Amino acid sequence: MENIIDTKKLILSKEDFGSDQMVKWCPGCGDHAILKSIENVFPEMGIPKEDFVVVSGIGCSSRFPYYMNTYGFHGIHGRAAALATGVKLSNPKLSVWMISGDGDSMAIGGNHFIHIARRNLDINYLMFNNKIYGLTKGQYSPTTPKGSKTKTSPQGTFETPFNPGELVIGARGKFFARVVDTNLKLMTQVFLQAAEHKGTSIIEILANCVIFNNQVHALITGRETKDESQIVLEAGKPMIFGADRDKGIVLRGTKLVAVEIGKDGITEADLLVHDPSDPDPGIHLMLANMTPPELPAALGVIRSVAAETLEEAMYASIEREKKASKIKCVDDLLTSGGTWTID
Amino acid sequence: MTSKKDRVVELKKAVIRFAGDSGDGMQLTGNLFSDSTAFAGNDFATFPDYPSEIRAPQGTISGVSGFQIHFGKVDIHTSGDLADVLIAMNPASLKANMNWITREAIIIVDSDTFTDKNLEKAGYKSDPLEDGTLSGHVVVKAPIGTMTKEAVSPLNLDNKTAQKSKNMFALGIVFYMFNRDYKPTFKFFEQKFKANPLIVEANKAVLTAGYYFGDTIEAFANTFKVEPADLAKGLYRNVTGNLATAWGLMAASERAGRKIFLGSYPITPATEILQELTKHKELSVIALQAEDEIAGVVSSIGAAFTGSLAVTTTSGPGLSLKSEAIGLAVITELPIVIVDVQRGGPSTGLPTKSEQSDLYQALFGRNGEAPVIVMAAISPTDCFYAAYEACKLALEHMTPVILLTDGSIANGSEVFRIPKVADLQSITPPIVPANDPDYKPYKRNPESLSRSWALPGTPGLRHRLGGLEKDNVFGNVSSDPKNHQLMCELRQEKVNRVANYIPEQEVIGDDHSDVLMVSWGGTYGVMLTALEELRNKGKSVSLAHFKYIMPLPRNTREILSGYKKIVVCEINLGQFVNYLRMQFPEFSYLQYNKIQGLPFMVAELKDKVNELLNDL
Repeated sequence: MENIIDTKKLILSKEDFGSDQMVKWCPGCGDHAILKSIENVFPEMGIPKEDFVVVSGIGCSSRFPYYMNTYGFHGIHGRAAALATGVKLSNPKLSVWMISGDGDSMAIGGNHFIHIARRNLDINYLMFNNKIYGLTKGQYSPTTPKGSKTKTSPQGTFETPFNPGELVIGARGKFFARVVDTNLKLMTQVFLQAAEHKGTSIIEILANCVIFNNQVHALITGRETKDESQIVLEAGKPMIFGADRDKGIVLRGTKLVAVEIGKDGITEADLLVHDPSDPDPGIHLMLANMTPPELPAALGVIRSVAAETLEEAMYASIEREKKASKIKCVDDLLTSGGTWTID
Repeated sequence: MTSKKDRVVELKKAVIRFAGDSGDGMQLTGNLFSDSTAFAGNDFATFPDYPSEIRAPQGTISGVSGFQIHFGKVDIHTSGDLADVLIAMNPASLKANMNWITREAIIIVDSDTFTDKNLEKAGYKSDPLEDGTLSGHVVVKAPIGTMTKEAVSPLNLDNKTAQKSKNMFALGIVFYMFNRDYKPTFKFFEQKFKANPLIVEANKAVLTAGYYFGDTIEAFANTFKVEPADLAKGLYRNVTGNLATAWGLMAASERAGRKIFLGSYPITPATEILQELTKHKELSVIALQAEDEIAGVVSSIGAAFTGSLAVTTTSGPGLSLKSEAIGLAVITELPIVIVDVQRGGPSTGLPTKSEQSDLYQALFGRNGEAPVIVMAAISPTDCFYAAYEACKLALEHMTPVILLTDGSIANGSEVFRIPKVADLQSITPPIVPANDPDYKPYKRNPESLSRSWALPGTPGLRHRLGGLEKDNVFGNVSSDPKNHQLMCELRQEKVNRVANYIPEQEVIGDDHSDVLMVSWGGTYGVMLTALEELRNKGKSVSLAHFKYIMPLPRNTREILSGYKKIVVCEINLGQFVNYLRMQFPEFSYLQYNKIQGLPFMVAELKDKVNELLNDL
């Protein structure tokens, strides 16, 4: 909004954002990689370091603000989205980053999650999805696959899990991306795209919990399996995947189908071309729902649709009303309408 | 021969109650009478009494909507105990209000509505107009429906539209009774129905017809006049407590130079504050209708972190939902104002009725040691000043403040002498300048113990806040045992020291008397009226009415020590009295409690005090 900044003068490095606090995540936890990626992203953004605000809820992921040297707020369980909303509406020029996990966002904070998605404030929402409650030591979360045995589901869970992307799109969210904690390069690219997108950018990060849910994302992230079970989407490019780049995604009837290029007369021209900017959520929803082994999990920016943000709408309304109204101060308000004088 | 018009009885004050079906427009009728009362120069107070259903079954007791106005030549502190005049637009509204009128009250009924069917709906076995139920009263049986139809007949309106003006006929009769000029009300019609001249004409015709009906019939032996009150010079208006609260918040925002942020969820009876604030974008109000009560308070905390004057407004059930987040504001030591417009509880309770039963919740309803400032507005107009001061204390002491109002004062209205914002006390939040080398997140002002406010976007002050315990001064996460004790004590002491910044408690009456009446919050008007009437009879009674609850004013102990008997009167089962027992166990306290969804009556308070005096 008011970011008139000479970026040449703003040469920041990741040291500018490093905190003096000891990082207390378990060794091998996926969260370390995410922190590293953010430390790479912030200096690239051309924003003064005091204009970043990192807000979080409760859970392992939500310790994040303490590990960054920015303005930070470690909130209460599930409510980070509401905190971030207050921060952004109060001062739209701030770059607001929200950190949350699958329990924080999908369970206790589920209500705030869908509402921040629909309101579309310019906030970057990083949702660390390790499909387990880590900080409370291993209970199932709303994204834990059905049937998983955890401390509170000794016979396996009976519940159907949420797919966060489906929820974002169902809540009429404008931006959804998915990354994995093992791909630092992709993570950094996507975070930068999220930062550029004006609106609520929700990024699901498939993060590994080494202690309570180790290898839960192994099919998607494993060295041997990942090429066949993930597809990195790029805007304007056909949807191709596979170690030999010989597989692709086509729309057949009303369903997405994985095909082999060159087989049954299929050529690259038959493949779907990714258009994250399409306001119609139909294909985006199907992409977000792709699950291996039937279909590769979609990574990258799945949906990125331009729309007015809440703060733009609200502040524009303030400017209009300021011009139109005779009331310029509270004294004007108090003396407006039905008054009478006693002499 | 003298006309009736010449037989005018002067009254010092009067109470009128307009009652009808919830679709009969009684609130509008009452408001128009209030406007006329302001025009006549009287002091006045009003109270609407409506059902929680928008349209309860027509003609039933539960569908009765009422509006009471108490006006006078003398100072008026309440909307009045019992009505001197009742306007009952149907049998149900007569039945519902029989307990709320004086024995000699004048009753005006729409006799057209007293049909067998309506009598049955109201639960009458026989017609009260005929069976002696109303003996002792002057009853004016006006066929309002029929006469309204006749009054508008030249306008060719359909009867359904015509009947919508029925309430104006009743207003016309009351205008006649009290020698009011009906012309100013015409202006209201012209404004309100600008787009529909036919409706303007209909309302004018019906109001006039009502007025002349009053003049023509022989029912009134005389008319009444209430002379103008002796009010201080100035510009006045009529405000409800909720409106005054919203304006007080906005005035504080302007004086503090901090943008106001309201995060709120609609809840009876607090919603009007949210509605009013959303209107005023021209004064840069940021109002978010949040997805729930929790998001309302938490978004406010985010806004407080970012430098706004942050507010959330609610009622009891909403305050329950906000508890955890208020604890977050306590530990992060951020300024937020939580307005709780109390209603009948527990749970959904009596949503449209008033109570003072959230005091324990405000004082103690959080996990951990979580002290906050608690204040209670004492009247509709005081809501303006209380809201202003709640903001001042929150901003200057860096702490949450819970401001308790209640349904009575929130919906009740009073004559408000309009202040100038520049004349209000200054508000100076402790904002840290950029690159202050001495800034530490939990470094404290040595007198007030408040920490300072470093706003995101300011160079050189980056820091982290949060719900985990922090070490004093530096603000890093700390679970050190001694630090936790220190921080708990500091947060408590910070709130305790607010006593050094608020006025001393006043006593109305004498430093020593036989009885001290003690009360707090929204009951001020009725307590004061009872006190005045008792003292006028020479009784040895005084009143200490509290606005500051946590902390209590510095001189509270001293005050309590001066009386033979202390009686604490509250609309609950005794929450303030127990709080006093906790703070000052050396005194013995008597109680007067009422919890019926109804305000105190002056008469019952006087009876209680007289009983105590007789036992001395």
